[in-house]
Amino acid sequence: MSSYDVIFIGGGPAGYVGAIRAAQLGMSVAVVEREGLGGTCVLWGCIPAKALLESASLASKVRKAADFGISVGETKFDYGVAMKRSRAVATQNSKGVEFLFKKHKIAWIKGTAKLAGKNSVSVKTADGKEEKHDAKKAVVISTGSRVKGLPQAGLELNKKTVISSDEALILESAPKTMAIVGAGAVGCEFADVFSAFGTQVTLIDIAPTILPLEDADCSAELTKSFRKRKIDVVTGAKIGNVKVGAGSVSMTLDAGGKTQTLEVEQVLVAAGRAPNIEDLGLKEAGVQLTDQGFVKINERMETTAKGIYAIGDVAGPPMLAHKGQREGVVLAELLAGDPHVRLMNYGNIPNATYCHPEVASVGLTEQQCKDKKLDYKVGRFPFSASGRARTSGETEGFVKIIRDSKYGEILGAHIIGSHATEILHELVVARANEFTVDEVDLAIHAHPTLSEAVAEACLDSLGKVIHL
Amino acid sequence: MATKVVMEALSPTMEEGRLVKWLKNEGDAVKSGDILAEVETDKAVMELVARGDGVVRKRLANEGDASPVGTLLAIIAAPDEDIDSIVAEAGAAATAAPGAPGEPQGEASTPPPGGGETAPARSAAAVAPVALPAPPMPPRGAGAPRPQAPGQPAQPAPPPPQTGANGRQRSSPLARRLASDRGIELALVRGSGPGGRIVKRDIETAVAAAAARPKTAAAPPVKRLISREGDYQDIPLTQIRKMIARRLAESLGPVPTFYLTAEFDMGRASEMRAAFKEIGDDFKVSYNDIVLKAVANALADHPEVNAHWMGDRIRHFNRVHVAMAVAVEEGLITPVIFDADRKTLSDISREARQLADLARQRKLTPEQYTGATFSVSNLGMLDIVEFTAIINPPEAAILAVGGVEAKPVVVDGNVVVRERMRVTMSCDHRVVDGATGARFLQALRRLIENPLLLVL
Repeated sequence: MSSYDVIFIGGGPAGYVGAIRAAQLGMSVAVVEREGLGGTCVLWGCIPAKALLESASLASKVRKAADFGISVGETKFDYGVAMKRSRAVATQNSKGVEFLFKKHKIAWIKGTAKLAGKNSVSVKTADGKEEKHDAKKAVVISTGSRVKGLPQAGLELNKKTVISSDEALILESAPKTMAIVGAGAVGCEFADVFSAFGTQVTLIDIAPTILPLEDADCSAELTKSFRKRKIDVVTGAKIGNVKVGAGSVSMTLDAGGKTQTLEVEQVLVAAGRAPNIEDLGLKEAGVQLTDQGFVKINERMETTAKGIYAIGDVAGPPMLAHKGQREGVVLAELLAGDPHVRLMNYGNIPNATYCHPEVASVGLTEQQCKDKKLDYKVGRFPFSASGRARTSGETEGFVKIIRDSKYGEILGAHIIGSHATEILHELVVARANEFTVDEVDLAIHAHPTLSEAVAEACLDSLGKVIHL
Repeated sequence: MATKVVMEALSPTMEEGRLVKWLKNEGDAVKSGDILAEVETDKAVMELVARGDGVVRKRLANEGDASPVGTLLAIIAAPDEDIDSIVAEAGAAATAAPGAPGEPQGEASTPPPGGGETAPARSAAAVAPVALPAPPMPPRGAGAPRPQAPGQPAQPAPPPPQTGANGRQRSSPLARRLASDRGIELALVRGSGPGGRIVKRDIETAVAAAAARPKTAAAPPVKRLISREGDYQDIPLTQIRKMIARRLAESLGPVPTFYLTAEFDMGRASEMRAAFKEIGDDFKVSYNDIVLKAVANALADHPEVNAHWMGDRIRHFNRVHVAMAVAVEEGLITPVIFDADRKTLSDISREARQLADLARQRKLTPEQYTGATFSVSNLGMLDIVEFTAIINPPEAAILAVGGVEAKPVVVDGNVVVRERMRVTMSCDHRVVDGATGARFLQALRRLIENPLLLVL
């Protein structure tokens, strides 16, 4: 039974980053986490996925190695080994967060927490004990989200033939055939990984495009790339007649007026995650939910119950680790009474998909600009025209800038290509500071870099692109 | 590194200047010291000089515009240097100058019905801090709306401008563009961004607020009326006229003034003058030169008249700096002859002529028309026999000199014709009493009636 300034329920990116910031600001902090520090991101999401993607990328490169003057003998692609590496990386990162906790004197209470009224939390620890802890300033719900199946389509998760990303991340080997239902970031990334390790992948989405939240041009470009790699992309698809067998799953796909039957070893459901709102005592505490089932918060991350806050996946979309992290920081600063707190700017959160080619974006898509009836101009620069892209043989993709016609405000930026998730950031910085496309070009971009394409796309939007 | 060209205080009393003529165009290369423009100050037309090297990137004032001291007039920078931030700040600092882009053009005062009359012209100085009271509208029925007092935007006081910790980040590039386009003065916008930075939403708020405000009468554009139609013409005030108005209005009100008149016999002065003329044109000396020298010598002996009212004390000067009023086209200016008591008559004659020429050409520098201890004004050449001059505060007195005229006077009981000259001294009674003033005039008489004393 201890008393802290702030208690976080859940030690994922939102919780652990918020905890560290709160500790930096002089508060006493405890984080209740029943599994491992770092949460989904570190253990069952971002980190292991990117490690696998790295293996996939290497696999692709190796297949082209001869072009680059490297003859590779007989190559074997072993998903199991890649998976083990990804687990090692995940564990390493989790240990890193543990180290950070020790450094900042943040208490890690291992157990499952429940709200216990009047700013206290009751915890059921791993060895069955019940503890009660007080939070003087705040209790923060940062319980995150979990995988879910598509029972309405007959695809309940069974962890064997109908799996989620959790299982996919610990498969011992890549299946021969796989249907990935849901072509968001998770679905596309796994499509890339398994395809690289020899799986025949069918990527399915009910939406008209893959990556439905991204700009349509990027979705189209990625689809082209996937199809070139023999990933079967089926969009606008309705799934029916799902039959789950012992070692395979079959279904029919209705898409574009055509129906096809599909039989695969495994189905990976990547159609969204569910917020962890159960067994927390939210109702009793007076914490309301939104219509979508997330914890309802205001711009100061306050829930409808005084003294209780929520951040991260559980508090609503976008369900991105960096969004949760920033909410954690802002909340900590609000709790510390920092008068210069900068509240969240949800309009400038970058999106990143790490398949090959990477897709990264920030701001509005062109369709959103059209829907809002904005007066905009588009600038584009394809990597096929980039010197640097040619040197690395990665000429897929482009940079697309959508700017306001009158003032040059950067309304949206979309990049698909090698390193997109890295080179997007100068545009995130630009938008955060209300730079216009002119100011982006003001900076001399080193040559030859992929980032030059960013400046050139800005110039293209002004009608003065050089290298096109 | 950009150089800001600002309206400089070219004299201690200058509060605003009028840009008469640009001598460099946008795009011209200039070096430090080059003359950029001619600026009319309260006293003279002065040269505005470049204080940096580069290219004149932007001219922000038009010929004929009057601007307060400190206004940004132009920017000198490298040809490709980004000057947007400087320009934006200038746009923000400019007040309701006529013709400014994007300014809400409120209803200008409509001309009253009837006749070829035009609305009373307001000078470009309407925007200056030297706010003039609004001239009353001619009483002509209900049509004419009362104009706002110039220079005072009739709006609720805007919120004080935020000064960001880092001046360079005061506003985002986007906000600056929006502000410039929508005519919003950045200096008056409160920033809600990081560190008080003005961001897009702040401009949008300001635009919405401006739209909600009732339209006010913007200062009507400057009208220069030269036509002789109608019952009257209004002449806009030049800088000189404004300065005269202000300074001398400051005099009569608060200064308890009295006047002493004396009449001097100019016989010997006249002879001296004729004698000099005979020697040669180079040695010509005027009555005024004689008066100036005599005044200077007399003041040297009477520091209690060679004095200033300092508010909490009186200053008696040991050096004598005599200002001589010179009529110029636009009005009056008073160049100073420094240490006149130590200069010879010919020095003074020469200097007086030079200063008068410079004055008429409006080329006097501030150093040349400030610093007097006593002033002399002479209207003799315009056939005035006697007048009272207005003291130039903080001086204690001023001598008004009339013309030399032949008059019948009584000498030893007989009526004879003599050349006589009247002087009237206006005195600040806080510094000079009647007797003090009279004694000074006695000393002056002795010198003027015995001008050979001036040669000693």
